[in-house]
Amino acid sequence: MMPATLSTAAYAGATILFILSLGGLSNPESSRRGNLYGMVGMAIAVLATIFGPNVTAAGLPWIFAAMAIGATIGLFAARFVKMTQMPELVALMHSLVGLAAVLIGYANYIDPAATGHLQGAEKTIHELEIYVGVLIGAVTFSGSVIAFGKLSGKIGGAPMLLPARHWLNLAGLLAVLWFGREFVLAASMQQGMTPLIVMTAIALLFGIHMVMAIGGADMPVVVSMLNSYSGWAAAATGFMLSNDLLIVTGALVGSSGAILSYIMCKAMNRHFVSVIAGGFGTGGGKPAAAAGSAQPAGEAVPILAAETAELLREAKNVIIVPGYGMAVAQAQHTVYEITKQLREKGVNVRFGIHPVAGRMPGHMNVLLAEAKVPYDIVFEMDELNEDFPNTDVAMVIGANDIVNPAAQDDPSSPIAGMPVLEVWKAKTSIVMKRSMASGYAGVDNPLFYKDNNRMLFGDAKKMLDEVLVSLKG
Amino acid sequence: MSQLIGVPREIAAGEKRVATVPEVVEKLIKLGFRVAVESGAGDAANFSDETYRAAGAQVVQRAADLWAQADIVFKLRAPSAEEAGLMHEGQSLISFIWPAQNPQLLQQLAARKVTVLAIDSLPRMLSRAQKMDALTSMAGVTGYRAVIEAANAFGRFFNGQITAAGKIPPARIFIAGAGVAGLAAIGTAVGLGAIVRANDTRAEVADQVVSLGGEFVKVDYVEEGSGGGGYARVMSEGFQKAQREMYAKQAREVDVIITTALIPGKPAPRLITADMVKSMKPGSVIVDLAAEQGGNCELTEPNKVVVRHGVTIIGYTDLPSRLAKQSSTLYATNLLRLSEELCKTKDGVINVNMDDDAIRGLTVIREGSITWPPPAPKLPPAPPKAAAQNKSPVPTAKSHSHGAGEPASGMSTAITFGVAALAFWFIGAHAPAAFIAHFTVFVLACFVGYMVIWNVTPALHTPLMSVTNAISSIIAIGALVQVAPPLVETANRPTAWIVGLALVSIALVAINMFGGFAVTQRMLQMFRK
Repeated sequence: MMPATLSTAAYAGATILFILSLGGLSNPESSRRGNLYGMVGMAIAVLATIFGPNVTAAGLPWIFAAMAIGATIGLFAARFVKMTQMPELVALMHSLVGLAAVLIGYANYIDPAATGHLQGAEKTIHELEIYVGVLIGAVTFSGSVIAFGKLSGKIGGAPMLLPARHWLNLAGLLAVLWFGREFVLAASMQQGMTPLIVMTAIALLFGIHMVMAIGGADMPVVVSMLNSYSGWAAAATGFMLSNDLLIVTGALVGSSGAILSYIMCKAMNRHFVSVIAGGFGTGGGKPAAAAGSAQPAGEAVPILAAETAELLREAKNVIIVPGYGMAVAQAQHTVYEITKQLREKGVNVRFGIHPVAGRMPGHMNVLLAEAKVPYDIVFEMDELNEDFPNTDVAMVIGANDIVNPAAQDDPSSPIAGMPVLEVWKAKTSIVMKRSMASGYAGVDNPLFYKDNNRMLFGDAKKMLDEVLVSLKG
Repeated sequence: MSQLIGVPREIAAGEKRVATVPEVVEKLIKLGFRVAVESGAGDAANFSDETYRAAGAQVVQRAADLWAQADIVFKLRAPSAEEAGLMHEGQSLISFIWPAQNPQLLQQLAARKVTVLAIDSLPRMLSRAQKMDALTSMAGVTGYRAVIEAANAFGRFFNGQITAAGKIPPARIFIAGAGVAGLAAIGTAVGLGAIVRANDTRAEVADQVVSLGGEFVKVDYVEEGSGGGGYARVMSEGFQKAQREMYAKQAREVDVIITTALIPGKPAPRLITADMVKSMKPGSVIVDLAAEQGGNCELTEPNKVVVRHGVTIIGYTDLPSRLAKQSSTLYATNLLRLSEELCKTKDGVINVNMDDDAIRGLTVIREGSITWPPPAPKLPPAPPKAAAQNKSPVPTAKSHSHGAGEPASGMSTAITFGVAALAFWFIGAHAPAAFIAHFTVFVLACFVGYMVIWNVTPALHTPLMSVTNAISSIIAIGALVQVAPPLVETANRPTAWIVGLALVSIALVAINMFGGFAVTQRMLQMFRK
């Protein structure tokens, strides 16, 4: 058994390691070390708790058994998940933290040893902490489960907009406040249980409703927002248990997630509130109507895989813009094969990544990294957007809204003002798509009708394989 | 009733182009128009009356009939006084007009109560307008043809060769002015195998020159030369001196000079003096694309080829017409795109919508009243580079900063701090001491998180999220301390429930803890240079 001072010192060490971990993750070179710091910090924190003054020897076998079960499942999942399923996995994991926060809150509330000695303002604050902890935990849990469902395609991606949804949310909020008052005023634990359970139910529904109302294109924001919530849930639990390590770590995760969401929103030129409030183009009427009024003129010109290979072979500068379609088709390896072929021929191939390409922040980078694309030819939108006029071929693989010129030209477009990759400024742009269907935002794309644009229809993987064969031939 | 587009034969001497071609006639008919072509209009550009007829156009024998029938007239060259006299009220004319140079013509046309769209007045900075930009397509043809003319007059190969009959050095070509024509010339000359150098007063075109395979020659003097509308502007005396020295040096070294320097509405700048011509090797060639405005070379004679000091100086002003089929096709397509803009309803009736920036700029006379020059466009014609910068909110894009360093406006900062101060005061005044300690820690931690995260590379967003997710498993601590706390004295503690809930939490969080770190590790393994 460690003395309390030692365990507190260990907590301080763990905190520093977590901060170093987040700091290390800001740069590819230091990122692996950052992850290591995180692991060491977590190990120190858990061990210091288990062998610290707050856990007696009687609990150890149980704790080890529970951790062993969780660890097995976790490692198994991490080992076998496909990189394209990353967003789902992360969302699912958030839900676990949320659920744990709810369970811990309940366990703490029914524990007289934890609450019995508190009086007056301290008791009120403690109960509020429990209440808030369970609330955030429940929203995180149900929201993450829905996000998982949407990302894995088990639930449709289109936003589900209930009539008067803002009023529903407001009513839910008022009910939560009302039951919070009931909960704090409750004389006994039994009396307090009812408002707590009702609130949990409302919070679960609220979490479901919140994520259901968010369109697929906003998913990166949602995932990082839920990440932030799971941090706040941990911080609230820390307040409840008077545990500084939990507070600090929870706050770190919470604020980092919030900032990440903010960065995402900025990349899409959308207000955080309007993303959370749900639906794309909240005030702008139905996307279909908007698309109808600004129907782009002209016709889309199709191209064959062999002709695409021909264009690529004769190009000097090529920029590849991947999108969610590449992830769906699992085409990243073929993309890299093509890249290798072209680079051997002396073609300058680069990748242009839009901040919100894919369904998770940095989704494309992870996929390209998986395919072993060197990260020094992968560029951000701001880094190469000015180079498109000097680019011979811009190849868009399964992306739509992030290359939509309407965002710049058409103020009435629902995505007006969103920064986009200016592929249409390249000498030729090739868009790989299954069909002429519009993207997640439901907005038609005038790019398809530009004179210098060609459409390569079909499954991205299949088409790219054909391109690769023609390139080699 | 759909309107009739009339295409007369160009009557200017030596003009071989025609304002529309059979291929485009079909598309105009699809837009709902009817098309009439004067007999023989396309002959010089190798489009026979037969091909027009096959495309669905009617062929009219007499020009006067055509002018009388047509609702809209497509032309290339600005109409002559007689042609303008053939126009009648309600008719529209789309053509090159050059309103600044031809005020009399403008008056004459206005008196006929017609609507005139001057294709040369297109606001070129509108990206939407590029498809209609006939100046650009003609300039492209000019640049190409200039190189061909030079090659024709030049006594050697352009490309270097090593043959059994000896080594042939490649021709060196200097191109003054890298606008559309200059760039087209660079591309063509590089394609023929010559060594190409180019210069322009606008520094931003250097990359474009290099991208086409040319070498950009700098003037040894610092001054930025972008004027409005993507054109160059007149430069200072010091710059011009440095520029003259550079040209003198190039003249001594190269075999061919192609000059394309023009500033709208001004005489062409004198770049190549007689002395420079004298210093060139015998057999060298100068193609002066500014011959019509007086020429960039002192010895240029417009519309003529002269040999001075052993140097062939080509002053043709009709280079697009010398590639009549190509330039006619391009021009016809430009007018087709314009027709599409004018006739969005596809019912064969044009609508001159003066609210449309592009069409407003083009329209120099509307139903008899002169509307030229247009009011300043809504967007200032900034050079493209600056426009791109305006669009991106973070000018220092490479630093990955997402704006944390940008100072917020004073007002909003003051409000933020004020609200924060109030909140802190409220909490400080009412909360118990123990809570305050935790609260302090909480606020500081939020701030640390904020500072740490701002600098993350977007490429690492996913690993970062996955690692923060793994770190959020710290919540396990909360469950751990509930399993078997040391002080169990209360009698009615529902231990089984508490332990059960805690253990389930531990198992759930352990999935996240181990899974989260492992998956992050797996992802990071893949990031490599």
